[in-house]
Amino acid sequence: MTGIINSLWAIIEPYWNWLPTLIQDVIIVVLQIAPLLVVIILCVAYLTFWERKIIGWMQNRIGPNRVGPWGLFQPFADTIKLILKEVIVPRDANRFLFLIAPLLSISPALAAWAVVPLFPDFAIADVDAGLLYVLALTSLGVYGVIIAGWATNSKYAFLGAMRSAAQIVSYEIAMGFALVGVLMAGGSLNLGEIVAAQAGPDNSWFLLWLFPLFIVYFISGVAETNRAPFDVAEGESEIVAGFHVEYSGVAFAIFFLAEYANMILIAALTSVMFCGGWDSPFSGIAALEGSMLAAGGLHWLCIKVAFFLFCFLWLRATFPRYRYDQIMRLGWKVFIPVTIVWIFIEGGLALIGVGPWST
Amino acid sequence: MLIQMFFWSLAAVLLGASIGVITSRNPVFSALYLVLAFFTSAVMWLLIEAEFLAVVLVLVYVGAVMVLFLFVVMMIDINTEELRKGFTRFAPVGGFVALVVAVELITVFLVRNSGLPVLSNPPPHPEGYSNTKELGAVLYTEHVYAFELASFILLLAIIAAIVLTMRKRPGLKVQNIARQVAVRRQDRVRLVSMEAEKD
Repeated sequence: MTGIINSLWAIIEPYWNWLPTLIQDVIIVVLQIAPLLVVIILCVAYLTFWERKIIGWMQNRIGPNRVGPWGLFQPFADTIKLILKEVIVPRDANRFLFLIAPLLSISPALAAWAVVPLFPDFAIADVDAGLLYVLALTSLGVYGVIIAGWATNSKYAFLGAMRSAAQIVSYEIAMGFALVGVLMAGGSLNLGEIVAAQAGPDNSWFLLWLFPLFIVYFISGVAETNRAPFDVAEGESEIVAGFHVEYSGVAFAIFFLAEYANMILIAALTSVMFCGGWDSPFSGIAALEGSMLAAGGLHWLCIKVAFFLFCFLWLRATFPRYRYDQIMRLGWKVFIPVTIVWIFIEGGLALIGVGPWST
Repeated sequence: MLIQMFFWSLAAVLLGASIGVITSRNPVFSALYLVLAFFTSAVMWLLIEAEFLAVVLVLVYVGAVMVLFLFVVMMIDINTEELRKGFTRFAPVGGFVALVVAVELITVFLVRNSGLPVLSNPPPHPEGYSNTKELGAVLYTEHVYAFELASFILLLAIIAAIVLTMRKRPGLKVQNIARQVAVRRQDRVRLVSMEAEKD
């Protein structure tokens, strides 16, 4: 295998060296981005399948099982169906904004992956203010929803957009405060360093010390992605399908992709910030030393992300939709005070030298 | 060279977006152009190594303030005819302000070319320099009073906004959430066992 790669490289190398460094850098980054993008989109495809299976099992049904073995090709059938359908733009809609809205909602969801540390000492862009970057990008996703709701020129879509905007702005604050706790504990805004602070044999995942913040962050993440039980923006029994009621074909598929990509992103961020990212939970155990189980790596991040994604689906299959005023109450009157109190407790603990951040 | 190219293309986008803000007939478009202007200026700040400020600009202005702006602008029905009525009355004031701004801008160029000592570009920071740490260190030591004062004024504004909306309207139906949450099954439903009825 390495022989083939070496001989291939020998052919490419003169051309490679001939390129200016700027273009070399661009090619390297694109070669890092492309596989990640493909993996995320495949994950989205199978997440939709897995969601239907899990909800099916929880409701004592079988779920999709017609296309391919165990229904495994169902996502491809769905995708092909959506791509072949016509994109209909309503007559009085604003054509430009109507078509650009799905793109505005997908691009932040994918761009935020740039700073996520995938395995030890690697992120596509290892930026210093990574945590702020993630927070800024997740807050940009709301524009897709608002613009879609407004450009559609329909009351249902507009109601959905307004609900979603109010909800996202409210939960953003609790989310931001939860992340203040994380950056206090990690002592850095760089996601790689936050994971490094949690890694190691003493297993000081922030999950234990920042448990209330972890709960607040994850639930706010569910609310930010407009997932059940916070899916009033879609609310199919009240406002048909909310902001994407008039979307069809590929435009609808992109909204769908954005929602699931956001779920995967929130799951990844929760694992990075509270559960040690690529760190192994068994790293301190002598009997496992040197095996896959004790070594930190991408596989551990994937396991954690899969667990949180399962929680998303579990919540959806378990809870009825929140009433709108209760959503606002939970965000403003419960989560924000909880996070502020815990930040003060964390500061106090740091002052008297208790906890992993004291060292 | 590359940075210059970036700068000029961003500047063009920024200018276009700013012109869009004041020329659009639809207020929603104005707000969206303003979003674009904020975003472009954030990217320009990245070029001068102010990454913390750039990200915070996006986070605060684009992610929160402009969302609320759009929220309000989309909800209210703005009558542009009504707004245009005052144009001739306020045109002199507007013209005067525009003149002052223009004179100020031109003075900047004149100062640059008049031989006065002008600061040259600061040298780029070494790798590993953290903008965030530097800002924090200054903000919480040297400027701590100003910082606390600003946060106090903001808190005051928040409380004032809440107080303004706290008026009691008679006859308003509100839920008592605490009582709703405290409800137990026994208060609402009763399990009865019935004989099967035949007819």
